Amino acid sequence: MDSELKMELSRQGIFTTTLEDLYNWGRKSSVWPLTFGLACCAIEMIATTMARYDLARFGAEVFRPSPRQADLMIVAGTVTKKMAPQVVRLYNQMPEPKYVIAMGACAISGGPFKQGYNVLKGIDRYIPVDVHIPGCPPRPEALMDAFITLQKKIDAQSLTGKDRPRYLNADEPSEFIVPEYGAHDLEPPKNTKLWNIIYKATPNGRATGEDEPRKD
Amino acid sequence: MNLEKIKSEIEAAVLGCRLQIIVNGSPSGQHSLLLDRKHAFEVAKFLRDDPELQLDYCSNATGVDWLDTETSQKVKVKQLVDGVEQEVEEVRKTRTPGYLEAVYHLYSMEKKHGPLVIRLRTENRIDQVTVPSLTPIWRSAEFQEREIFDLYGIIFEGHSDLRRILMWDGFEDHPMRKDYVEPNDYEYEPTPHDAVLEKSIQARRIEEQR
Repeated sequence: MDSELKMELSRQGIFTTTLEDLYNWGRKSSVWPLTFGLACCAIEMIATTMARYDLARFGAEVFRPSPRQADLMIVAGTVTKKMAPQVVRLYNQMPEPKYVIAMGACAISGGPFKQGYNVLKGIDRYIPVDVHIPGCPPRPEALMDAFITLQKKIDAQSLTGKDRPRYLNADEPSEFIVPEYGAHDLEPPKNTKLWNIIYKATPNGRATGEDEPRKD
Repeated sequence: MNLEKIKSEIEAAVLGCRLQIIVNGSPSGQHSLLLDRKHAFEVAKFLRDDPELQLDYCSNATGVDWLDTETSQKVKVKQLVDGVEQEVEEVRKTRTPGYLEAVYHLYSMEKKHGPLVIRLRTENRIDQVTVPSLTPIWRSAEFQEREIFDLYGIIFEGHSDLRRILMWDGFEDHPMRKDYVEPNDYEYEPTPHDAVLEKSIQARRIEEQR
């Protein structure tokens, strides 16, 4: 609908909206996260929900103990290789539409444990992440900022057309490969459909990498 | 606590045990006591129950991996050179097999003293990697011995529940061993340095070979 016409009508006392706007407004205003914390970032996440920062102001106060009732997974903390299959399985069990916030250096890349043997180098190797928050740990303000970013993203999603989100496209997967424990590493070590790095070798040995653009 | 005195006390109490004081040359001077595998359990029992020592608390148990070492020595050997006997220098290499080590730090809550550091060594680091478990004596060693088993591969005989604790059950490696090779999953880092730079060069080579 033409926005000028909409303005004009509202000046005349007629409120118009679209199904899409209503639908997105409803969804973004009641994003229920999964009760789920992995490490120290979870403490900041808990602080965000408490009285001082009060995530409830944005409609996200109801942390659901079951993935079946949750809309948002906040991956708060270090994802060890031993924990990764469970995280992916929980994500698979969430109903669509579902969103993921990767909170903190560990969840987005492995953080200080990146070169270790038992830590996953970022949860986005296995599940699609909507918002990444850097920091170690990020302050509650950062989590709220990420949450508002997610709300903006939800608000901008269209229900039809080419740009429609993943869950409205029947061809796009809703579940992702759950890695298995291998003899030396997780099998597979990453979901190549989600995560692919191209090396551009330079003479001094420093490789520069670029993420493949992801459509999501 | 005088380590020499403790050593002689143990030797008097546990017959046939072989002890060795490992000197720590650093400023802390925290010397430790190497126990032989055969008598380690008896010695540990003595350390806990002796009224003088009463080392009732095992605060820490950890592992150390000692790789095989190769030392070269120059030896003068008499040899016949052109019919004349001459002294010739020859380099002889001796290979000392490595071993794995479990280290325990003991304190006494009752007597307020400690730590006494004791060590247990395996025969080698390949197939004879068994040492007696001290968990029946100090319960606090249970999880830590499991961790040593997980990360170093020392098998503790007499441990009630020896499973991996950090890595999963199907995992085959022992990641804290010095010759552990991690799976090649290097990924881009903006400022690689030291070991990470090595890895990035390796990753580049692999990428070029494709």
